[in-house]
Amino acid sequence: MSMNKSKQKAVARRWTPERRKDFLQSVAYLTPSVLGVLVFFVVPFGIVVYYSFISGPADPTFVGLKNFRELLGNYAFQKAATNTVTFSLMAVPLAVVLGLGLALILEARIPGKSMFRTFFLSPMMVPVASVVLVWQVIFHAKGTLNQFLELFGVQGVDWLKSPFCQLVIVVLFLWKNLGYNMILFMAALANIPKELLEVADVEGASAAHKFFHIKLRYLSPTVLFVTILSMINCFKIFREVYLLAGAYPYEGLYTLQHYMNNTFTSLNYQKLSAAAVILALVMIVLIALLFKVEDIFGKDVEG
Amino acid sequence: MKRKLGRRIFLTMVSALFALSFLMPTILTISNSFMTQSEINANYGSVFSAASSGQTYISDSVNLKFIPDKVSLDQYKKTFIMSPEYLLKFWNSVILVVPIVVLQVGVAAVASYGFSRWRGRVRDSIFFFYVILMLMPYQVTLVPNYLVSDWLGLLNTRWAIIFPGAFAPFSVFLLTKFMRRIPVSQIEAAKLDGSSEWQIFTRIYLPQCRSALYSIAILVFIDYWNMVEQPLVLLDNADLQPLSVYLSTINANEIGLAFAVATIYMIPSLLLFLHGEEYLVEGIAQSGSVKG
Repeated sequence: MSMNKSKQKAVARRWTPERRKDFLQSVAYLTPSVLGVLVFFVVPFGIVVYYSFISGPADPTFVGLKNFRELLGNYAFQKAATNTVTFSLMAVPLAVVLGLGLALILEARIPGKSMFRTFFLSPMMVPVASVVLVWQVIFHAKGTLNQFLELFGVQGVDWLKSPFCQLVIVVLFLWKNLGYNMILFMAALANIPKELLEVADVEGASAAHKFFHIKLRYLSPTVLFVTILSMINCFKIFREVYLLAGAYPYEGLYTLQHYMNNTFTSLNYQKLSAAAVILALVMIVLIALLFKVEDIFGKDVEG
Repeated sequence: MKRKLGRRIFLTMVSALFALSFLMPTILTISNSFMTQSEINANYGSVFSAASSGQTYISDSVNLKFIPDKVSLDQYKKTFIMSPEYLLKFWNSVILVVPIVVLQVGVAAVASYGFSRWRGRVRDSIFFFYVILMLMPYQVTLVPNYLVSDWLGLLNTRWAIIFPGAFAPFSVFLLTKFMRRIPVSQIEAAKLDGSSEWQIFTRIYLPQCRSALYSIAILVFIDYWNMVEQPLVLLDNADLQPLSVYLSTINANEIGLAFAVATIYMIPSLLLFLHGEEYLVEGIAQSGSVKG
């Protein structure tokens, strides 16, 4: 029996005319996309890796890790990197907790649910450039927020030029991304088997018990997914910062993209390349984590 | 029972509070675009201080207002008649974003058929690589993009943004996930009827993916309609800049105008949202796992 099966397998693996045809067909369908990705992303990234190890495009002497050491020792790069880290430490937990909170609220029976979903999702569709004026008015030294604080006798600050500047961007980040996270959590909540919750109801479980012992168990892969996705999104806050505070913001708002843009202006290829390579490595670690999480929890919940 | 009602009221109030803060920036931008220049100066003169020079009245602090004293179309008139450069930048956005959406979805439709119709170690690895590439931020991809554009002489042309956009793997990722749900039995049945692969693709796969294609197109559109990083790096020429970048450079003397232009700029994506919210939600929900 087993002999038979392995024989069948061997036959299936053989390069039959049909398999050949299938192979050629699949190549035909994949070629346009793969070719484009090769030309515009993969091959030039290979060159980027090469540039990161040489002294410069004009002088291709191998310098080992010199470019990386210089980059890591560069004050502006350090500042940008630490800013990104402190920003994500504030923004990511809030993006996860509030996103889940909104999804849970919309799961409860409240009037106008679909309307609220539309409202929560709408910032995603509004270009940041369009609302930047309003944000500027709110967070300006003489702006709305400070006026409001004054009512309580609190002396305001020029938010974008203060140590609190990152908080402003956290607000914008949440404004923009919470809707997306909420939808991911709503989809996950919809997948929780209803019977489990009904049984819990019959047994008189409290809402808190149901949340911590049933829902959160089923949501944990999504919680981790949203966490890592939000971490990745933290690399994209340059857009908000640039539109709000320009190319040369207060130090606390200096992002990696600012660093890259300034290095582009000076056309320092080795530095740019080293920065891109380091970031790619960091991202690969984050993404590997993402896959690992899906591997572990995907099985756990299904089983 | 009473406790439940109390909880519902509380949750509704929390939702309303969130909804208000989520909507506020958008509504304010729209409503302020209907103010006259003098009202704008009176309300926001102290923030955009350059606007105050030579103007008649500036209050000491700002006055964020939802409803204009006098509804006027002045700012729109000025935008359309006296400041054609903003309309030009709007057009720049259109001719960057529309080709990207069409090409990216088109390239992805063909590739996704390849990825979902035939599985195998090599094809699955390529797909896995696409997912990684999709998650990379601009700081990683812009340097390679810049180099290719430089070699091909595309720097400072729209193509420097359109080409990488056309081949960006996001659409392939999402569409492949949708296509992999189409049952194999349909393909087998079509093959028995003597359909070619191309016929299966165009007559069975594409019609079933119509809503998926729409949700992907919406997601791609908003991503690029909002772009800032690529034009800053790849387009030096201010004449080619899309409005998403150019809006931030609006002169402080023209804050009223900026509100009107900002409102005009949100219209396409807001219309798309109002029309396609269900598709958008479905697209986001599908992106909720990186496995194909």
